[in-house]
Amino acid sequence: MNDFEDDEFDGPIKKFMYVNRKPPYGTVYALEGLEVVLITAAFDQDVSMVFVDDGVFQIKKDQETSGINMKNFSPTYRALEGYEVEKVYAEKESLEARGMSRDDLVIPVEILSSTEIADLMDSQDVIVSF
Amino acid sequence: MKLGILVNEGPFTHQASDTAYHFTKAALKKGHEIVRVFFYHDGVSNANKLADPPSDDRNLVALWSSLANEYGIELIVCVAAAMRRGINDDLLAKGFKISGLGQLVEAGILGDKLVTFGD
Amino acid sequence: MALLHTVNKSPFDRNSLSDCLRRVKPGSSVLLIEDGVYGALEETSVSDQIVEHNDKIKFYALGPDLSARGLNGKPLIDGLTLIDYDGFVDLVEECSSVQSWL
Repeated sequence: MNDFEDDEFDGPIKKFMYVNRKPPYGTVYALEGLEVVLITAAFDQDVSMVFVDDGVFQIKKDQETSGINMKNFSPTYRALEGYEVEKVYAEKESLEARGMSRDDLVIPVEILSSTEIADLMDSQDVIVSF
Repeated sequence: MKLGILVNEGPFTHQASDTAYHFTKAALKKGHEIVRVFFYHDGVSNANKLADPPSDDRNLVALWSSLANEYGIELIVCVAAAMRRGINDDLLAKGFKISGLGQLVEAGILGDKLVTFGD
Repeated sequence: MALLHTVNKSPFDRNSLSDCLRRVKPGSSVLLIEDGVYGALEETSVSDQIVEHNDKIKFYALGPDLSARGLNGKPLIDGLTLIDYDGFVDLVEECSSVQSWL
């Protein structure tokens, strides 16, 4: 039987890293990128979610979007835990450059330096950028 | 080598689809296998059969269709991204199919490499 | 495991090249494509970004993109290699994974 046909995926498990570099709302990449991550987790893959550069703004608290009539999707990041995506990282240098700390974030993350992010990237099987 | 190709932008506005096309064609000519080409975000517009660029310019929709026909590769358009942008089955150029995000994940799993072309 | 990084935006316009170079490990390759090829030019205000990493990273630029932009024959950064789409495919085959800095 095809690995992908059954409800329970029993094919190969690869390390997928999703690199989030864009802020939310100005473009669609953050929202549609998040949708891919959740699907990947449903395939039981080993998923890492990394927020670097302006990507750290995606998980900023207090997003209030009624004035621009766009869906506030920041609560959806809390679903990552429910999908067993536990490897969620934000880059220290990206946060600091933007005057942010973990207290500004809508979900708990592991904060890594850019060197550690580079090491993590190097260990992945598949890297996806939006 | 088995390749997954992800195209994040539509034809014409960005060069992403052009670069993806040339890369994919080169890979096929070298005998590599394309697991599938997956079109996401505005990349779904690459499937729009109504595209009608001037005759002295390339027609990326037609080029992708031709490549699929010549080499038998899969061109998959993400259903969620397509619905948002008004691309449905009636609008699909030859060789394109609408399917779910799982096809992108599968391309990553089955391929040796996944290459992203975007903005 | 050595990654291939691609950069497709001009370093005069976006931070993609510098963002890439902050996270690239020695022994990796960086390929400039599309508008990213402007980063291959010698002696610009941004050339140092690549020159500083030249001893640790292999840099490439996509020839057809340089030609398209009228940059054929313009001096490129020393040590940077011009390739075509076939060469792009080969680089992907040689690397462990590809990261596109969009």
